Amino acid sequence: MTRLKILDHNELFLQPEYLEQFERKREFERGPSEEEVRCVAEWTKSEQYRDLNFKRQHIKINPAKACQPLGAVFCASGFEGSMPFVQGAQGCVAYFRSHLNRHFKEPFAAVSTSMTEDAAVFGGLNNMLEGLENAYALYKPKMIAVSTTCMAEVIGDDLNAFIKQARDKGIIPKDLPVPFAHTPSFVGSYITGYDNMLKGILSAITTGKKGEPNGRVNFIMGFDTYTGDYFELKRLMQVMGVRHTLLADVSDIFDSPNTGQYKLYPGGTLLDEAMDSINAKATVALQRYSTLKTMEYIGKEWGQQTAVITPIGIKNTDRFFDSLSKLTGLPVPEEIEDERGRAVDAMIDSHPYVHGKRFALVGDPDLLMGLVSFLMEMGGIPVHIVCTMGDRKFEEDMSALLSESPFGAEGKVYVGKDMWHLRSLMFTEPVDLLIGNSYAKFLWRDTGTPLIRIGFPLFDRHHLHRYPIIGYQGTINLTNWIVNTVLDEMDRKTINTTSFDVIR
Amino acid sequence: MNRAIKDTQKMIEEVLDAYPEKARKDRAKHLAANDPTGQCSTCQVKSNIKSRPGVMTVRGCAYAGAKGVVWGPVKDQITISHGPIGCGQYSWWSRRNYYNGQTGIDTFGTMHITTDFQEKDIVYGGDKNLSAALQELKELFPLAKSMGILSECPVGLIGDDIESVSKKASKELSIPIVPVRCEGFRGVSQSLGHHIANDTIRDYILGKGELEKSTPYDVALIGDYNIGGDAWSSRRILEEMGLRVIAQWTGDASINEMGIANKAKVNLIHCYRSMNYICRHMEENYGIPWVEFNFFGPTKIYQSLRKIASYFDDRIKENAEKIVEKYKPMMDRVIEVYRPRLEGKKVMLYVGGLRPRHTIGAYEDLGMEVIASGYEFGHNDDYKRTYPDMKEGAVIMDDATLYELEEFTRRLRPDMVGSGIKEKYSYHKMGVPFRQMHSWDYSGPYHGFDGFPVFARDMDMTVNNPTWGLIRRKR
Repeated sequence: MTRLKILDHNELFLQPEYLEQFERKREFERGPSEEEVRCVAEWTKSEQYRDLNFKRQHIKINPAKACQPLGAVFCASGFEGSMPFVQGAQGCVAYFRSHLNRHFKEPFAAVSTSMTEDAAVFGGLNNMLEGLENAYALYKPKMIAVSTTCMAEVIGDDLNAFIKQARDKGIIPKDLPVPFAHTPSFVGSYITGYDNMLKGILSAITTGKKGEPNGRVNFIMGFDTYTGDYFELKRLMQVMGVRHTLLADVSDIFDSPNTGQYKLYPGGTLLDEAMDSINAKATVALQRYSTLKTMEYIGKEWGQQTAVITPIGIKNTDRFFDSLSKLTGLPVPEEIEDERGRAVDAMIDSHPYVHGKRFALVGDPDLLMGLVSFLMEMGGIPVHIVCTMGDRKFEEDMSALLSESPFGAEGKVYVGKDMWHLRSLMFTEPVDLLIGNSYAKFLWRDTGTPLIRIGFPLFDRHHLHRYPIIGYQGTINLTNWIVNTVLDEMDRKTINTTSFDVIR
Repeated sequence: MNRAIKDTQKMIEEVLDAYPEKARKDRAKHLAANDPTGQCSTCQVKSNIKSRPGVMTVRGCAYAGAKGVVWGPVKDQITISHGPIGCGQYSWWSRRNYYNGQTGIDTFGTMHITTDFQEKDIVYGGDKNLSAALQELKELFPLAKSMGILSECPVGLIGDDIESVSKKASKELSIPIVPVRCEGFRGVSQSLGHHIANDTIRDYILGKGELEKSTPYDVALIGDYNIGGDAWSSRRILEEMGLRVIAQWTGDASINEMGIANKAKVNLIHCYRSMNYICRHMEENYGIPWVEFNFFGPTKIYQSLRKIASYFDDRIKENAEKIVEKYKPMMDRVIEVYRPRLEGKKVMLYVGGLRPRHTIGAYEDLGMEVIASGYEFGHNDDYKRTYPDMKEGAVIMDDATLYELEEFTRRLRPDMVGSGIKEKYSYHKMGVPFRQMHSWDYSGPYHGFDGFPVFARDMDMTVNNPTWGLIRRKR
């Protein structure tokens, strides 16, 4: 084939015809002068602007936060044959689906009850009844997990009563599990929604299932968007010989093999196992802030031992295996000890490029706790820690963590703040590196601080979510991403100097 | 009745069998076998009707239409997602409406700005908070030309009065503040959001811009959202024709351009669905004629150039011919390279406002055939414009569900499917070549002479990429 030179948007609009076009268009735009733009741009980098920015109380600008039902549908999908079902306006479900599609590059099924003006007036009962009937007939789920949008919450739809009616009318089979959770988007965030939905599912499907202890350990990942973490946890438990149930196991949902066949329900925790989770010896959660109510429920209602440890970094992973060893009476096998040794070796090899580097971080509370702990282990200095979804408790926990290490002395945690606040922080107190999700790339563009993409959502890079960030193996991955970002940046900066080294 | 129509009708009936009775009856009205002649009475679909609950519609909401489509791209306005945190987050810079400007300083397109409703806002109302938010934004972004308040569901349900907040703030801050009542539960899809947004352009911005002088060749480019630079590659042709594009709506639009389109001699509309309302308004109130055109693929571009030129003098008409002459060899070359690789390939489309019909010609230029097409939120007038462009017996689908799309794919065996992100990855799993036809799969532009080579290249890479051959199908 002879080659045609084809320019797409990446190059096309740099051509002189287009640059001239843009210049001509300015006549009609009547925008500010270049001088004005320059002045204001400089001003936004100042201390004065930072003060003004931090005075703001009524508006969020580039927040790292999304709403409850996103967490609910994410969690709901992680069970065998489970259809996430959202009572409310339909646009929300279109948004949840596309948001998850863009991060995982995977299909995601969820249905809406498509409530409109008439439901706003008369309530959403009819929508719920017809929705259950249609979803059951078309998509043949083994479980329908119901959550709500803000519309259903504002008008006060009663999910419990609605679902009962659906059963009484024979619209859905009597034995079809239909757990539910109220997930108003004006309360909390997707970590709250995950927690509410999981508690809703577990409490519904374990009712009447209390029986003989099964000797297993339940695991809950929390709102963890790294599919690699789920596979890693299952591998580690196999290596250690821990009989376990991974609850809300979304690994196959968001990383299913291509077999030329689209499966609506490609995996998830087996329902029988999930129902038996009430008889486990203990439940271990790998995130705290996304499992608060669920873990309280399990501790109180199921009477199980519980532990909450996020195994990110060496010390956290050590604690994780120590606790697990105590819970199960099983020793930590040599194989895992070897993995630890390799992770520590990797960190030692790379430490010169991380030691003393100053970091800004933005993300979810549990992830930030793990990352800050890990950075300090390697001699990194967390400086600005922004958590839009964080609360007072998180602020205390993070401050306590920072006080454990001399590398935490400069760290300051900002809960409820957003990436526009972080922009001010990064201009007035610059750092060497930034950790955040894809939207943090705007901070990279504005401040020139290299971005290490860790978190959710990651839209503009492929496959990062496939790599675990938990355990010793996850620690190696984190080390890899961080140190090689430093080295890439070093190459970029030294490209015209004698320091353009080939061995580093 | 023709055999092709009968066969398709039979297939549709089989697919519908899985539905419960009520939903089956409803869905039957939205699926049809095409009759390009318009003779067959059962070959027309119903549209712009509520989706059935629980069927997994692909549709979004009025907010998505008003914020995501129409207002979002206006670059020097601060567009506020007013309500809980999610809507603005999920629609944050997902449509790639390119613009020139310095983000956060004189333009705000890639920012997510929200009042982040809390429980207290639901209980006590969000108006007070909104007033304060507008003040804070004006202080932080002094170069913003306007602020838009895009309502999310709760705002309408709790009875907030954003219009009066806007009026007061607009006076105090001396910039337009546009309250947009696009709560997601209004209407049946994105479509009502487009309409509501058009109405607010009319009420708050149109006629208020400044244009120093007028010429007989002034046009406005309407209904092009500059996805991957589409409007720019369209504008290039129009300018080359000798026309002066005084306003670009709304891709890369400034508030001033939104305010001066009423001074155009002709309004040129690409996405009819989302902006016909404002064109009709300008026709009725300013006497401005409007013309629908199609800049996908050379055949339609040549036709459109002549159609647009017919509204102007001989100079423009001659220019149109000169442009056709100039670009035809380049377009022929693209076809010469790609057509042999794509000839006879069957395409299934399920998209939004204009692509289900506007891209048919471009596929045909490459020798491909569109065997099924449908709209998420089309109206009767969209379908009327579609039937004649499709073959007899082609499948027409309105507001299709995941179930239907999968079933039709299994039965029709298209060589490629063009639809959205929610559909994309299930097609990847099925091993059916797929291209996002909302966002151009992060490519583009697809409009105009600069867009067609990109379109051809992308369709080729979709259909002919070797990875599809690696799939080992389980029996």
